[in-house]
Parts: sequence; structure tokens; C-alpha cells
Amino acid sequence: MSFFDFAWQWLSVSGHWSGDNGVPARLIEHVEYTALAMVISVVIALPVGVLIGHTRRGGFTLVSLANIWRSLPTLGLLVLAFIESGGASWAWVIPLVALAIPPIMVTTYEGVLGVDADLKDAAIGMGMTSRQVLFKVEVPVAMPLILLGLRTAAIQVVATATIAAYISLGGFGRYIIDGLATNNYQLVAAGAACVVALALVMQFAFSGLSRVVVSAGLRKQARQS
Amino acid sequence: MNWAFSNVSMLAHLTGQHAYLALVPVLVGLAVSLPLGVVCVRYGWLYPPVLGLTSVLYALPALALFVVLIAYTGLTDTTVMIPLGVYSLAAIFPSVVDGLRGVPAPVRQAAIAMGFGTWRRLIRVELPIAVPVIIAGLRVATVSSISLVSVGALIGTGGLGYLFTDGEQRDFSTETIVGIVLIVVLALVADIVLVTARRLLTPWQRGATPAIRRTTSRRAALTGQAGGAGVS
Repeated sequence: MSFFDFAWQWLSVSGHWSGDNGVPARLIEHVEYTALAMVISVVIALPVGVLIGHTRRGGFTLVSLANIWRSLPTLGLLVLAFIESGGASWAWVIPLVALAIPPIMVTTYEGVLGVDADLKDAAIGMGMTSRQVLFKVEVPVAMPLILLGLRTAAIQVVATATIAAYISLGGFGRYIIDGLATNNYQLVAAGAACVVALALVMQFAFSGLSRVVVSAGLRKQARQS
Repeated sequence: MNWAFSNVSMLAHLTGQHAYLALVPVLVGLAVSLPLGVVCVRYGWLYPPVLGLTSVLYALPALALFVVLIAYTGLTDTTVMIPLGVYSLAAIFPSVVDGLRGVPAPVRQAAIAMGFGTWRRLIRVELPIAVPVIIAGLRVATVSSISLVSVGALIGTGGLGYLFTDGEQRDFSTETIVGIVLIVVLALVADIVLVTARRLLTPWQRGATPAIRRTTSRRAALTGQAGGAGVS
């Protein structure tokens, strides 16, 4: 029997689609964890990336640091945050934010840094202030890369939010952890299938978002190149 | 700290197991990425669909993949190593393609004019020039792999990740901290090895002007960053 058969066996029972442990309830929890972690990471990482890209100072340190930062084990951070906070229920935030910061920060930095110097010269020549150059030229031109970083981060967070269940929280990870604990493989497979589906939805959502957020001129250019 | 000293042999054993579980998949990922990348550069139409497939694979959560594989390979090392190999492939493959595509046309033409055949040109000229970009992808794959092995502890095979599940059960933060530190150190050592390898493999870069080096490293950083997500 394949993985999909197992997942289907559990998911096709209508009783599993309602109540506190039903798929919709777990979906909402999972999306909540992802959204909160992403908002916090964006608030921290985006300004730092933009600033370092704009001022062109400290870029090398940023990229080297981000590479080692990636090695921080999510499970370890989760357990540590959980123990040190005395078992606080918000402990899951820390590893997810730690996971999302490097991709957002590095792509934002590279995006802003890579803006064509001629473009900035033209903007200055038109009389824009440094702040205007930043928000009207550099950030919009860097937007495709910024979105790439956000997408990478969001997908990783969706996939990793499963471990919140390890410290007795909800989300789709609940199915995986509970299923593993009780040797209920159908439940485990159902949880995994839900996470994969959500990750794929996220991927498509970001392709849609890039259509809205990236300026029309850049999109045209991308098509031609 | 006392705890770490009194458990040195266990920590050494776990570190060794961790390195093995993390690095073998990266090597396999590299071994698959190189020929796959060469083929995708030669037959350009292959690249978008293959890249799409690796991006989707990259989006699969590690824990979920482990779980899927339990049905086929049981609670073994292989179950942990297959997903890591897949992620490594997703991170390294686009960097091979980007690196090979970044070879300047005049260089390729010069090699042809000197009478290099397809294979000799690939091995003697194109791959060496692509080394910095390929190694950038390799660095991301290696560091991520070392970090991800620990999730395997949830299904009983996670190298140093054992210290996290055990630390959680015993409510013992020292053990957890030692685990995190050892994993970061392992990643740091692996990263230094790769950077050194890049320097040794690209002796011409040492004399390069900062501008050239900057373009290469920028390209490399972006490729690595995108991982399987695909930037072009």
C-alpha cells in the first residue's frame, strides 16, 4: 500500500474534517503559526537587508553570518526555547523566526545591492532624495528577489511548523507526532499530505503575488530576457 | 560543561554519526547534479521542467518525507538520508546550470579554436570556471543538511539530534545547548573546508581584480540563496 492510500484512508473519513482535531481547525492553527513567524521575520530581516544593500556596508559579514546561521538546528532551538522559557507555549516562534530570517535578509540585500548604478544615477539626476531613490527605485527593482526570499522562507516555515506539535501545540504536525507516537501510520501520512499540500498552495500564492507586486515594466523585461 | 566532559565518548559517536548522515547525501546530490546540470545546459529546453520538479521536491517538509519513506525503507539510516539527498540535489543542481551558463562565450570559443572537443572543453575549461558558483550551492546544501539531520531524531535516527529529544524529555537545557553548539561547529568546519577547496580549485581568482571577484561571488551567493527555488 502506498503513502497516498494511507493518507486517503484517514482523510476520506468525514468525521476527520470537523471538531478541534479536524483538518480545518489544524489548518487554521498551521497558517497562524506560519503567518506570525513570517511577520516577525519580515519586520526584523527586511529593514536590515535593505539598509545594508543601500549603504553597501557590512554585506560580506551579512552573507557569511547567514550561511552559518542556517546550520542552527530548528529542533534544538525549539527544545532550548521551551526549556528556558519554563515551558511557554510561544516557544515555537523562536526556531521558526530563526529559520526565516536568513533567506529574507540575504535576498533583500542582494536585490537592493544589485540595482543598476545607472538607474540610481538617473533617479538622483531627476532630483530624487536618497530616501526616494531607496523607496521608489531600489526597493521596487529589487522586488522579484525580495519575493523569492519571502517565498523560500514561507515554504520552509510551513514545512517546519510541524515541529510545533512536538511541544504539545497544534497544526498539522499534531497528526504526524501523534501518529508516530501511537504507530498510526494513516494519521502520520494524512498529516504529511496536508503539509505538502499547504506548501504547494504557498508556492502558487507567491507566483500570484509576484504578478501583483512586481512593477509591470520589470515583468516585461523579465519576459524578454 | 561537566556534563559534556563526562559524556565525551557518546558525543564523539553522535557527532560522527551526524557527519555521516549529513554528508553522504550531499555527495550523492553532487554526483547526480553534475551530469544532470551538464545535460540541462546542453539541451536547454530540459531545464525549466527539471528545475520545477526539484523546486517542488525542495518544498516538501523533512519530517513529512521521513514519514513517507518509513513505509518503504523502515526506521533506518536510509530513511533519513534520502530526503537530505533530494534537498541537496535541489540546492546544487541549479548552481551547476548557472555556473556552466556563466562561462563567457569568448572563453568557450577560444577553447574550441584551440581544438578542445566537447568533453575536454567541459572538464578542462567550463567546469573549472563554474567551480565558485557550484561550491556556493554546495555550501548551502552542506550547511542545511547538517542542520536537518537532527529532525531525524523524531523518528529515532538523528545523530546529534538525539541530544534534543533526550534533553526535552529530561528537561535538561545543557544537553540541548551542547547539541546546538556541536552542530554549528560541524557546519562551520564543513564550510571552511569548502571555501578552502574553492580557493585551491580556482588559483586564477587570487590575482583577479576585486570587481571580477565581486561579480563571481555575487552570482554565487544568489544561486546558493535561491536553493531549489530557482533564480535565473
